[in-house]
Amino acid sequence: MSEVKFSKEHEWITLEGDVATIGITKHATEMLGDIVFAELPEKGSNVEKDGTAGVVESTKAASDVYTPVSGEVVDTNQAIVDDPSKINEDPEGAAWFFKLKMKDQSEMDSLMNKEEYDKFAKESAS
Amino acid sequence: MEIKKTSLNKLHQSNNAKFVEFAGYEMPIQYSKGIIEEHKFTRSHSGIFDVSHMGQLFIYGDESLTEELEKIFPLDLKNLKQNCSKYSFLMNEDAGIYDDLIITKIEEGYLIILNAACKDKDFEILSNLLGSKFKMNLDNNRSLIAIQGPKSVEILNSIINGVDQLNFMTGNWFNSDNQKLFVTRSGYTGEDGFEISITNDKAEKFVENLIEKGAKLIGLGARDTLRLEAGLCLYGHELDINKTPVEANLRWAISKSRLSNGGFIGSKKIMNQMQDGASQIRVGIKPEGRLIAREKTKIFNDTDKQIGEITSGTFGPSVNGPIAMGYVDKEFSKVDTKILLEVRGKKHPANVCALPFYKKNYVKGVN
Repeated sequence: MSEVKFSKEHEWITLEGDVATIGITKHATEMLGDIVFAELPEKGSNVEKDGTAGVVESTKAASDVYTPVSGEVVDTNQAIVDDPSKINEDPEGAAWFFKLKMKDQSEMDSLMNKEEYDKFAKESAS
Repeated sequence: MEIKKTSLNKLHQSNNAKFVEFAGYEMPIQYSKGIIEEHKFTRSHSGIFDVSHMGQLFIYGDESLTEELEKIFPLDLKNLKQNCSKYSFLMNEDAGIYDDLIITKIEEGYLIILNAACKDKDFEILSNLLGSKFKMNLDNNRSLIAIQGPKSVEILNSIINGVDQLNFMTGNWFNSDNQKLFVTRSGYTGEDGFEISITNDKAEKFVENLIEKGAKLIGLGARDTLRLEAGLCLYGHELDINKTPVEANLRWAISKSRLSNGGFIGSKKIMNQMQDGASQIRVGIKPEGRLIAREKTKIFNDTDKQIGEITSGTFGPSVNGPIAMGYVDKEFSKVDTKILLEVRGKKHPANVCALPFYKKNYVKGVN
């Protein structure tokens, strides 16, 4: 599996072959608070880089989930729809959101590595 | 304008509060455990809420004050016993609501608890209505602390002996640690609890004492989910200047004895609406599934006609599902009516339901 990359919209992404797994970062869940609702893209649909690909809602507000890369949705994580609190428990592990079959892997190049993201998250939080 | 802080601000900070601006005050929205845990802790144990941003208006006077206030509020204040509280409204001539409030008859006159965002305007309106005959004090030297939940009576009584003898919606002055506190058995969570008016200089120590006895600080986030589960209105959402108490389904708060003769501000409109019914009315709404419908969500019937709008909507931690309140046309206000909610461009099924979502545990028969 590839190195974990991160987007400015607080998604994480890993790549295995041409299939990317995408979720939201721990930092994002801390900003959102208790997540109580998740909506995922439909399997078989196509999503575009930086477009919306789902929604999460906390007790406070709704937030769009964006996809950091383009592709066809090949799998979604029903477990987090059934029990959205799983997202707070393990956001960067078991609570992945969706898997995409990527069209253009060079889209990964512009994303941040862990160190860059941590710095970005720290700055955007203050 | 500089943001205002309550006397508990430092205590909130040291308890890792996340702050928001609310009605010009820096207030804690949540602490480190998060809204759901804070909500559940209040329902099972005892939560402390800093509500010092709310207005504490003392009006001093005797029977002549009661007479004047009856011209303003739809209450039978003449027959209200000393130390008893009533929920009421400050209205305009069209029965539009300037504010909702709790008024308590005290030995010196009346104590009125006002919403933070409305309190200065309320003071101006009441000053104009009452003239200079009565001394009025919107007291900034006092903090207001709420303690809510089943363990609250035991905790508070260990600090202020005798509060366990109060019935719900009554209050009294108590002496504790050489200070005079006004305590009412009341709240905004659907739980048994108290609200304590205490001078600013003593507030922090008092709350630290409550924490030592096992109560925990709870933020405005959980205060909102708790009140929504209890079916209680929030000014600026369910209530505003364009809504009347009858439309808000709060007729119970209007004293029956005042309906025959009127004589309070807005009485004409209220009496008409009581007879003919209001065209829109506040209802409870339960979306099907897990979908949350927030404030301003449009409500439709099955023929695509808009029939109302959501005023508050969230996830109810004790209900373990989404809950909402809103206004619908009268003919759709019956419990179990099927309605549709438009969220992110799609219509989702929901049902009109009875309030509250969560059963209350108020203490009535202590003495």
